[in-house]
Amino acid sequence: MQIRVTKASNPSNKKKVFCTLVAIGLAMIITSVIIAVMGHNPLNVYYSMLEGCLGTSHRIKQTIITAIPLVVTAVGIGIAFRMKFWNIGAEGQILMGGCFATFVALYFKNLPAIVLLPTMILLSAIGGSIWALIPAILKAKFNTNETIVTLMMNYIALKWVVFLQYGPWKDPNAMGFPKIANFTDNAILPKLFGVHIGWIIALILVVVIYYFINHTKIGYEIQVLGESENTAKYAGMNVRKIILIAMMMSGAICGLTGMIQASAVNNTLTMDLTAGVGYTAIIIAWLSNLKTPWMVVVSILFAILTQGASYIQTVYQIPQAAAEVIQGIILFCILGSQFFINYKVHVKEVA
Amino acid sequence: MNIESFLTAAVIAGMPLLFATLGGIMSEKVGHLNLGVEGMMVMGAVMGFITSVQTQNPYLALLSAMAAGGVGALIYAVLTISLRANQVVTGLALTIFGTGFTNFVGQSFVGQIVPESVKTFFAPIAIPVLSNIPIIGGAFFNQSLFVYLGYGIAVILMLYYVVTKVGLNARMIGENPGAADAAGIPVALYKYINIVLGGMLCGLSGAFLSLVYVPSWQQNITAGKGWIAVALVIFIGWNPVKAIFGAILFGALDILGLRLQAAGIQINQYFVDMLPYLMTIIFLVIGSIRTGGASKGPKALGEAYFREDR
Repeated sequence: MQIRVTKASNPSNKKKVFCTLVAIGLAMIITSVIIAVMGHNPLNVYYSMLEGCLGTSHRIKQTIITAIPLVVTAVGIGIAFRMKFWNIGAEGQILMGGCFATFVALYFKNLPAIVLLPTMILLSAIGGSIWALIPAILKAKFNTNETIVTLMMNYIALKWVVFLQYGPWKDPNAMGFPKIANFTDNAILPKLFGVHIGWIIALILVVVIYYFINHTKIGYEIQVLGESENTAKYAGMNVRKIILIAMMMSGAICGLTGMIQASAVNNTLTMDLTAGVGYTAIIIAWLSNLKTPWMVVVSILFAILTQGASYIQTVYQIPQAAAEVIQGIILFCILGSQFFINYKVHVKEVA
Repeated sequence: MNIESFLTAAVIAGMPLLFATLGGIMSEKVGHLNLGVEGMMVMGAVMGFITSVQTQNPYLALLSAMAAGGVGALIYAVLTISLRANQVVTGLALTIFGTGFTNFVGQSFVGQIVPESVKTFFAPIAIPVLSNIPIIGGAFFNQSLFVYLGYGIAVILMLYYVVTKVGLNARMIGENPGAADAAGIPVALYKYINIVLGGMLCGLSGAFLSLVYVPSWQQNITAGKGWIAVALVIFIGWNPVKAIFGAILFGALDILGLRLQAAGIQINQYFVDMLPYLMTIIFLVIGSIRTGGASKGPKALGEAYFREDR
């Protein structure tokens, strides 16, 4: 038997959808086996997961609240990934965004909400973009590996927030407990239809960034740069400028996630602000094939997975980390399935 | 501050980095950037720990840590070699999976400690003569067997790449897979073996953390050390022997804060904690300025190899 692999020319959408569905199906089968080994009925567990995230209107709201930071961050990361700039630094950018927003919320708490909230949003975007610009400048100037730098920046941001939490911003009224004071009401995002308005911010961003990527000159340049740096150079594009602008936007949007989470969800800044959103969003951006509208869909699916996992923890005592395991398995399967979309396998019997 | 005891602690703190860096080198030498180092480390850490608690047998603990890292690397290898998936995303997926897996199986072991018999097995053993060298003798040669294993693997790897035929073949694959293929070297097989062996080293790195360095179980035991190792591979220029010194240098940075405080020097612990990460960035930048942005690494690093594309 002889196996030969060739590139498939222009895989059809039907094939893409089919392969992806097979991959998800395979991931569910693998997960089912694991659940069965643990001594539970997989179908019951899946049903509980759905019940846990969509069962009541309160749970649906919780699921949406979980999806909001994923959407915003994935949209932000997506811009950088478009130009093949591997920004793994969303975690740090979220933290710095949250940190800048918290600065406003703590020191200008007497401002009315109508002034305070926009200032927090602006500052969080600045914080996130500063944190993203550092690796971008290093990449543009010295061609330093951005993956490692953005990662290291995550840990530096984390230590910085820990420092604030245990040091200068420690709440004197918390009876020695190392936490930063809760925000005043005017620093908390208002609700609309029972969910904080982060969802509106997320949807606006999705539309704006979709337009930006597909219908503006810079957006086009980012895409060209992602396809081929040489093409971009020959076409006379200013590669450094594109890297800086794209990373600034990417970081600003991730920073915004920090503000939304600190203001509406945690009501303060903590070292656990990100809850791994920065890493999960990388997967979401990738699974959405960097298509902005799809990020909403995939984020909601991931939110369902996360909420569902936390529900089955209480019902079946299956650790919450199960969600990460399942995410990993799904991701492996989908990564593997790309092969069958992009290549054709010919099997020939040799006499 | 006692220099010898500081160095001793730095060597211990550097060992997890050494194993993981060597693992990273093995993968990158055949052209595969594996960002799953952190994931393979935690998997090795938890499996090594659980085995040590269940069996009280240090050998089995090491073996299962290697198996865990190896399985993680195998998943990565299947996806990136045979199925040609993107190396960056696959590596990240492996880290996410590994972290989840570890939190999942490790949850019920939080706070448990390594059994006495295993601790004794890994207790420091002085090497005669060498350990009597002033200052560095005690630091380098009065250590756990596990540390000597690290030195040993580093030296063996160096020999592997410089004098053995299989090692030279592996390097050729990392430089120019097409040429290696034309020369009749089974490219995919070499990649599989080297990447999986690299994963096993990452697993050992995790086991060092959970069995010797900590030595009890806590979640998030690696605390980003896997990522520092990925950077160290670049910093030490893919040279296994230099990895020993690079790892110990970063180990020293890692413990500097606590040591300075213990010595009564007033210093902000949180800023000292940032040092390893900050230094990694600085070293990377210096490295990229020195080479003008061109990498000294394997030429075909990060590029998938398709025979049909030639």
